Amino acid sequence: MVNFYAILKKEMGSYFKSPIAYMIITVFSVISGYFFYSLFALFGVMSVQSMNNPNMQSALNITEEVVGPAFSTMSILVLFMTPFLTMRLFSEEKKSGTIEMLMTFPIKDTEIIMGKFGACFLTFLVMLAPTLFYQVILFILGKPELGPVISGYIGIVLMGASFISLGILISTMTENQIIAAVVTFGALLLFWIIQWGASFAGPVFAKVLIQLSIIEHYQEFARGVIDTNDVIFYGLFAFFFLFLTMRSLESKKWRG
Amino acid sequence: MIQVENLTKYYGNIPAIEDISFTVGKGDILGFLGPNGAGKTTTMRILSCFMPATRGTARVAGYDVFKDSMEVRKRIGYQPENVPIYRDMSVSAYLNFVAQVRGIDRRERKTKIGKAMDECGITGVSGKLIGKLSKGYRQRVGIAQALIHDPEVLILDEPTIGLDPRQIHGMRDLIKNLGGQRTIILSTHILPEVSMTCQRVVIINEGRLIAVDTPDNLMARLQKGTKILAEIEGPPDDIMRELKGVPGVKNIEKKDAKSENTFTYLIDSTIDRDIRKELFAAVSKNGWLLTEIRQIDMSLEDIFLKLVTEEKD
Repeated sequence: MVNFYAILKKEMGSYFKSPIAYMIITVFSVISGYFFYSLFALFGVMSVQSMNNPNMQSALNITEEVVGPAFSTMSILVLFMTPFLTMRLFSEEKKSGTIEMLMTFPIKDTEIIMGKFGACFLTFLVMLAPTLFYQVILFILGKPELGPVISGYIGIVLMGASFISLGILISTMTENQIIAAVVTFGALLLFWIIQWGASFAGPVFAKVLIQLSIIEHYQEFARGVIDTNDVIFYGLFAFFFLFLTMRSLESKKWRG
Repeated sequence: MIQVENLTKYYGNIPAIEDISFTVGKGDILGFLGPNGAGKTTTMRILSCFMPATRGTARVAGYDVFKDSMEVRKRIGYQPENVPIYRDMSVSAYLNFVAQVRGIDRRERKTKIGKAMDECGITGVSGKLIGKLSKGYRQRVGIAQALIHDPEVLILDEPTIGLDPRQIHGMRDLIKNLGGQRTIILSTHILPEVSMTCQRVVIINEGRLIAVDTPDNLMARLQKGTKILAEIEGPPDDIMRELKGVPGVKNIEKKDAKSENTFTYLIDSTIDRDIRKELFAAVSKNGWLLTEIRQIDMSLEDIFLKLVTEEKD
């Protein structure tokens, strides 16, 4: 536990003592803020128009028009940003040779991996934190349902954790941070669009493809539904890739 | 303290080291000598539990480096080649991190870090970023982190590489001071370093062990015959003829001229005894002037080259 905490602290230091974390958080906040603003402004325009149209008025729902779409776009933004959070975790240590020091300290590989995962995950949470402010504005100016907001955040946190685990695995495979970022991004993107094949695949295979899609599992959360199926998917996804990370570190030892 | 038996490591099909065996006693300083790419770093990486061997065993303080890796790691302080330490951390933050992962109790941490910094002379730079330090100081930080938990064994891979002569001197003194209570293995390809700091030398070349002995023994073992350097003023041809007649002289070589009539001569003697008296007598008998005469010791450099080339033959 002490070791886990030591690694976590060191990694948090390298995120927040350098401009990396601040740049990522700023870019994320600006873009997610713009999405939120657009959705909210559009909803405002529609509200004004609906004053002359009673049919439209009954169809207007701030939860469905703003909260849901805002979370959906945020999930895609998370997909874009996580490779930049994970790319340096192991590849930088490999490039500078510090991995040799790290692996000869009396600490277990799992402690190293979980420490790094924890630090990245915390940074990810810090990145999400400013978006809470948008929800506050929503609650002040409108009357959205609380449920979908909470489920939306639970979903995005789970999704972030699984993205990070995949990113960590890839950063153990290369000492080049750019390669780590590009491959992570590509892999995440592939897991997102994998369901597109479902429309022309056979009925069974289509189901598999849809189940594998990381964004598909998020749609339910954005709609306000917490399905154990989706929670287990993200949990297994994260566990599977963290396990592979462990194996990847071990195999490096044998290959030298 | 350290027993290495038939250690072998293959990278793919290429052997990095083959059948290396040696032991190191408690409190010894062992020098690991070899040209670049001889397998020094590989051996050290196996000893420090960074990677397992393909064959053979290595034990540190009675623990196997593979089976009881954690126990070995606790007892070792390791400084890899080129001192890979986090450049974006300050010296004190880094040492604090190492103390933490080394499992040093929170209350003891401060005194232990202070002690390690004192021992390595880096107290003055404790607040600086490691990336901003000079190479010499970074090397010292590398040793400080290896010392922090008071390990029984220190493994230092090329501790003096890239330092200026004054820093090298300081580093050697530091290592000598650290020996005694701790067992130290250091690798180098700089030969005088070994004769200055180490009690025992392991010479490896192309992954194979060539010799294990004390520096003095190695020199004695290989010094068949003696070389004598003499500077004599007088007619060179006569001198050469005269000195060849001295019993024990095998060969004479005229070297560079010091002045018009003064030359240095390199004299090879076959037998293992001092023939300087006879040489002096021969020179003074003829009324020439002897300005210098001394025995040339075979340096570790010569021994090393001899061993490495003998191996090839």
